[in-house]
Amino acid sequence: MAIRRHFEPIIEFVIERIIWMCGISAILFIFGIFFFVFREGASFLFHGFDPIEFFTSPEWYPTSQTNVRYGALALIAGTASVTLLAMIIAVPFGLGAAIFISEFCSPRFKESLKIIIELLAAIPSVVWGFIGLTVMNPLIIKLFHAPIGLTVLNGGIILALMSVPIIVSIGEDALKAVPDYYREAGIALGATRWQLIYRVLLPAAKNGLLAAALLGVGRAVGETMAVLMATGHSVRIPTSLLDSVRTLTATIAAELGEAPVHSEHYQMLFIIGILLFSITFMVNLTADLIIKGIRNR
Amino acid sequence: MTRFSLVIITVFTSVWLSCGEVEHDTISHHKVVIQNTGSDTMVNLAQAWAEAYAEIEPTVSVEVSGGGSGTGIAALINGTVDIANCSRKIEPDELEKARQNTGKEPIEFIVAYDALAIYVHKDNPLEELTIGQLADIYGEHGKITRWSQLSVTLPKGAHDKIILVSRQSNSGTYHYFREAVLGHTGDFRLGTLDLHGSKDVVELISRTPGAIGYSGMGYVTPNVKILKIARQLGDTAYAPSIENTMSRRYPIARPLFMYTLGTPNEAVKKYLDWILSPQGQQVVIDNGFVPLKIYSKDDSTKSINH
Repeated sequence: MAIRRHFEPIIEFVIERIIWMCGISAILFIFGIFFFVFREGASFLFHGFDPIEFFTSPEWYPTSQTNVRYGALALIAGTASVTLLAMIIAVPFGLGAAIFISEFCSPRFKESLKIIIELLAAIPSVVWGFIGLTVMNPLIIKLFHAPIGLTVLNGGIILALMSVPIIVSIGEDALKAVPDYYREAGIALGATRWQLIYRVLLPAAKNGLLAAALLGVGRAVGETMAVLMATGHSVRIPTSLLDSVRTLTATIAAELGEAPVHSEHYQMLFIIGILLFSITFMVNLTADLIIKGIRNR
Repeated sequence: MTRFSLVIITVFTSVWLSCGEVEHDTISHHKVVIQNTGSDTMVNLAQAWAEAYAEIEPTVSVEVSGGGSGTGIAALINGTVDIANCSRKIEPDELEKARQNTGKEPIEFIVAYDALAIYVHKDNPLEELTIGQLADIYGEHGKITRWSQLSVTLPKGAHDKIILVSRQSNSGTYHYFREAVLGHTGDFRLGTLDLHGSKDVVELISRTPGAIGYSGMGYVTPNVKILKIARQLGDTAYAPSIENTMSRRYPIARPLFMYTLGTPNEAVKKYLDWILSPQGQQVVIDNGFVPLKIYSKDDSTKSINH
């Protein structure tokens, strides 16, 4: 017993340290990843990288024999167009579903609906891409008389379906966080259900709902496999929903395997990675700050 | 009683298990594995060779995977494959890297020829194109973007825009097509659909009425049509067939390569010899590629002059 008493503080200390390590490991990983991505792209970023060409030229010719060009405008436009369309579809749907689940459902139906929506989030992205390629492609050709169905429209719809579960579950949490006495007060004042939602709940939960939408954006920007398959993988600035595009993520996925390690092309792909990382980092940070805003009030 | 049966079961199980182990050992002892990676164009052919060879030489197992010629060469440079498949010639800097990295010299084997077929949808009335027209369709500064410029009207009110199907840039097919059609300094037009496999190209064209694309002639399906190609305007156009490729009348044909590091070991050498034998070359014909030689019954051989 005496020995045990002697060792107890040490064991306590070790366990505390281990738990502390677990706690901060996420921070270490995020900095580690950022450091690695940055290091791979850094030497080209500071020597030879042309930011004006990168951000203003649509000409992406990384393997040209005589005239190599690294213009990412078309890729940025591809990611932006697909994400924007996805959000135009997913945000109203997702928030509508969140309101329905949180305010109108019977508790039993609510549980099964939530499980099904979470199941939607569990479908692998390559399966979504496959649906885009084989189901949506001929459908879009037929419905819109388009020359090809692998388009912004196809990718946007697929991405919308993929980000709806995130928007629903976070939006539902935000609505649940609105205290019940808000609802009771509203009903006591004679508000209809619609008035209650529109005038009381949405303003009260607006930060959480905005955060839900932003996390959906983060998901859509970062998605790779599904958009690679559904958007046609074609470098161009889209002028309509029925144009094929190529996104930043898809470019990395398709070209990194082939680019010789530490070549210009390889480093350029890491610079695209830095750009993507910055975009999703900003989006998630904004979402977090907004969520924190609710808690502090 | 229960204790007794338990003992029996234990004894039997251990005997059975040890037997299994012994058997397993003897099998793995004799089985030689040849790793074969690379060109997506050649992956079906390589698989067919591997399967046919397994029947003749059951002690050798050839493991085939695709990924693209660039992937195969990269694996060769890293020394992780026995045979790299490549649908283009190895480039000088790759050769240098392989020498530096492994200290061995990559050895080249031409194992078959491939005619690169130009595919359109089966309802497309177009029958033939010239190399110049192809360059105008695919090239960065080309002038042809609509089917009507080729005097082609697609049936059923399909869209007039030409949908260009191409390959991802590590593909040997992509490199070869660029070299053969667009020239040494040429680049593809922006806005091609860059797909990830020979089969995907044909698959997409079969579902897209306004599409045109290039892929190995072995990937033909009933839903696509192969165009005849002429060297220049006024020349006769030829379809990619075995005869037209061997006589070099079809203009977009190329050799297919296999690379090994240094002199291949006995099993690999035997496999490569078999691939070059009449039996191996019959597999080439069966898979829609062009053999190095035609072996006729009286054993007089016609060979291709490349």
